Amino acid sequence: MRTAVVLLILLALCAIPGSLLPQRGVASDPAAVPQYFRDHPDLAPWLDRLWLFEVYSAPWFAAIYVLLLVSMIGCVLPRCLELWHEYRAAPPAAPRRLSRETPYRTVQVADADLALNAASDALRARRFRVAAGDGEIRAEKGHIRELGNLGFHLSLLVLLVGVAGGRLFGYEGRVAVVEGATFTNVASSYDALTPAPWAAIADLEPLDFTLEKFDASFETAGPRFGEPRDFEASVAYRSARSGEGTFAIRPNQPLNVNGTKFFLTGHGYAPELTVRDGEGNVAMSGPTIFLPMDQNFTSDGVIKVPDARPESLALQGLFLPTAVRGAEGLDTSAYPNAVNPRVQLTAFTGDLGLDDGASQSVFSLDVDDLEKVRDSDGDVWRVSLAPGQTAELPHGLGSVTFEGLSRFANFQVARDPGKGVALVAAVLLLSGLTLSLGVARRRLWVRRIDAVTIEVAARSLARRPVPAEELDAIVAAATSSVIPATPSTKDPV
Amino acid sequence: MISAADLARLSDALVTAALAAFGIALVAFAVSSALARHRPALKPTGAAAHPELPLTAQHSLGAPTGSPHAARVERTATVILAFATGVLVAAVVCRGFAAQRVPWGNMYEFGLTGSATVAVVLVSSLRRRAVMQVAAWVVALILILLGVSVTSLYTPVDELVPVLKSRWLVVHVAAAIVAGALFCVGAVTTVAQLVRDSNWRRRSAEVDASDAHAQDSLAEFASTVHLVAFPIWTFAVIAGAVWAENAWGRYWGWDPKETWAFITWVFYAAHLHALSTAKWRRRSGYLALAGFAAFLFNFFGVNMWIPGLHSYAGV
Ligand code: HEM
Repeated sequence: MRTAVVLLILLALCAIPGSLLPQRGVASDPAAVPQYFRDHPDLAPWLDRLWLFEVYSAPWFAAIYVLLLVSMIGCVLPRCLELWHEYRAAPPAAPRRLSRETPYRTVQVADADLALNAASDALRARRFRVAAGDGEIRAEKGHIRELGNLGFHLSLLVLLVGVAGGRLFGYEGRVAVVEGATFTNVASSYDALTPAPWAAIADLEPLDFTLEKFDASFETAGPRFGEPRDFEASVAYRSARSGEGTFAIRPNQPLNVNGTKFFLTGHGYAPELTVRDGEGNVAMSGPTIFLPMDQNFTSDGVIKVPDARPESLALQGLFLPTAVRGAEGLDTSAYPNAVNPRVQLTAFTGDLGLDDGASQSVFSLDVDDLEKVRDSDGDVWRVSLAPGQTAELPHGLGSVTFEGLSRFANFQVARDPGKGVALVAAVLLLSGLTLSLGVARRRLWVRRIDAVTIEVAARSLARRPVPAEELDAIVAAATSSVIPATPSTKDPV
Repeated sequence: MISAADLARLSDALVTAALAAFGIALVAFAVSSALARHRPALKPTGAAAHPELPLTAQHSLGAPTGSPHAARVERTATVILAFATGVLVAAVVCRGFAAQRVPWGNMYEFGLTGSATVAVVLVSSLRRRAVMQVAAWVVALILILLGVSVTSLYTPVDELVPVLKSRWLVVHVAAAIVAGALFCVGAVTTVAQLVRDSNWRRRSAEVDASDAHAQDSLAEFASTVHLVAFPIWTFAVIAGAVWAENAWGRYWGWDPKETWAFITWVFYAAHLHALSTAKWRRRSGYLALAGFAAFLFNFFGVNMWIPGLHSYAGV
């Protein structure tokens, strides 16, 4: 037990740094760790060497809980055996001097043997296991407490199995889907996929779904103006194993297809732009995902048009769903829904570097090799478009049209095959704990002193003392069985 | 028909009234403790006459020791406390009706409902002498929690953000509030027990039986409270995991809120183990206090300083 206390304290203390330092693969903000490295260039590598940016998968953290579980098994398994033996054996002999126990009574009765019988019946009626003989009754109750305690401790092992199941065979992924687009559940469709070592990424659940519509509503008045109120992604799915259907994915209401779940975790706008190049051909057309940067969905995005002629083009833009003129003449967004949508664009020409094979983010533009498009006065070319508007690029580079607006939804996709096991473990844990803390295991003895005197005592095998009422009830049963006699009490030694 | 805005205002007014009433209750309990401290040492008549009764039973017989004066003040304090609790519970109910949902959707409501729950726990266990002895301190804690809620956490009645619209909010947060209220009472009792314990050992020569009994009944009450609170907290954590699975696709992600819930749980588990370890029993209280500190940090510290997925505290 002392080992358990020490290890539990260690476990608690060692969990703390993980909540104070940014963690890899844990925090909601994946940029937090690199940011910490930039802010603390001297300290961060040292912390990293101590696994302090991934505390919960650190070897020292694992060492503590493995030690804890090992010492727990070492403690609990022998107790299992002991419990089994105790359960099969009769209640053990009474201590020689019952008067040392609390609670304890001596009682005057009319006939000690009759009283003993009555007490024995009363104990049986209260579901004690009773053994009688030699003018003494031995009774015990509450083995289930130990069973609960064992169940509780062993459930921690089951929980570990469940957690390990997810860590070894599960996967998590993220994908953004624009209204009207179809997502097919293969690894290459994901924006990000983090599979566990043994996850079968080659054969994901065969399914696809189309995001038919995304609705968002926000508070329209009052102090919480602009706060989110409801989101709903209407999808039509087709699954090889579960057939077809439609479903509204909302917060707290994921789409579940045979254990692969799609959670709605975010949303944003995808302005539909058409880019015509200098030769009048459509070089790019369709919605482009702009990533939201603030509560009012000011979003930024990049449109790369490598096939434009005479020169490759790139557009960098801001999208404002409800553009208003802010301070210093800059437009900002005042509300998350699209009331007065605007796309503000600047343009670049040059080598987009898409051909050299290095992978690039579709959301950022490496402007090192690019040249800003300027108008004939030499000022940076900059436009702000409302839906339906077209702007000509200078120098015959082409034109851009803001055709309309779609939304996109972000889905978190998760499959965790250990989840069921973990849930079973949790239920086991809770019921074991309730039994173990709620039931008191106790022994109770009744012994004949002489023909008209008996003594009654009880001992708790749990932390809570045996309630005096229980003893009193047995005393009452023993005395009421025969001619009423006044119970008298005696000081314990 | 009362409008939602009226109900919200009524709730705020009731909270103010409750604050005043708890303030008066605090004074009354403080006076009653002061009077009780000056009582003549308990004669063995009480303690030894019924040695076969367990200590709690003796101390819950209710006969306050000392002057009849003290008894009267104590009864008055109890009545005021019950009244204050009633007013606060009414405030919580009004808030719930005003918002048309369970009144625990943001930090203010958590503090409000939490302090009402602490008050209910206190009132319903006041029959025990051990609790009566620490009542003033618990009331002080209620006042602090309620005061902080009103002055720095207050948010007007409002609809929930979508991620909170879940029946798991009801279950998970309710369990956390109940467990937290019990932890609160347990922590106060534990502090009292630890303080007495050190005083007691310093002047162990002149200890009288009643002190020893009072000491034991404090420890016993504290451990009972923790024994009840621990499974409830366990349930709260599990319900939170189920909800997280339902909302984010993973049941445990070491988010700061989850981490501190875990730390709280482990400290209390360590406390329970230390209670069962003969040599550490006396000092096991420190582990319960560490657990309570982790719980408090989870409510205040994590909500305000640490970014995470649970950042919807509404402050
Ligand atoms: C080193 C490993 C462990 C050992 C040797 C151990 C041993 C024990 C033993 C012997 C008991 C029975 C105490 C009694 O009946 O009063 C017990 C109870 C308990 N254990 Fe553990 N345990 C271990 C790990 C854990 C862990 C990891 C937890 C959970 C965090 C835990 C939580 C509990 C609880 C809540 C009780 C009930 C306490 C009570 O009965 O009052 N134990 N443990």
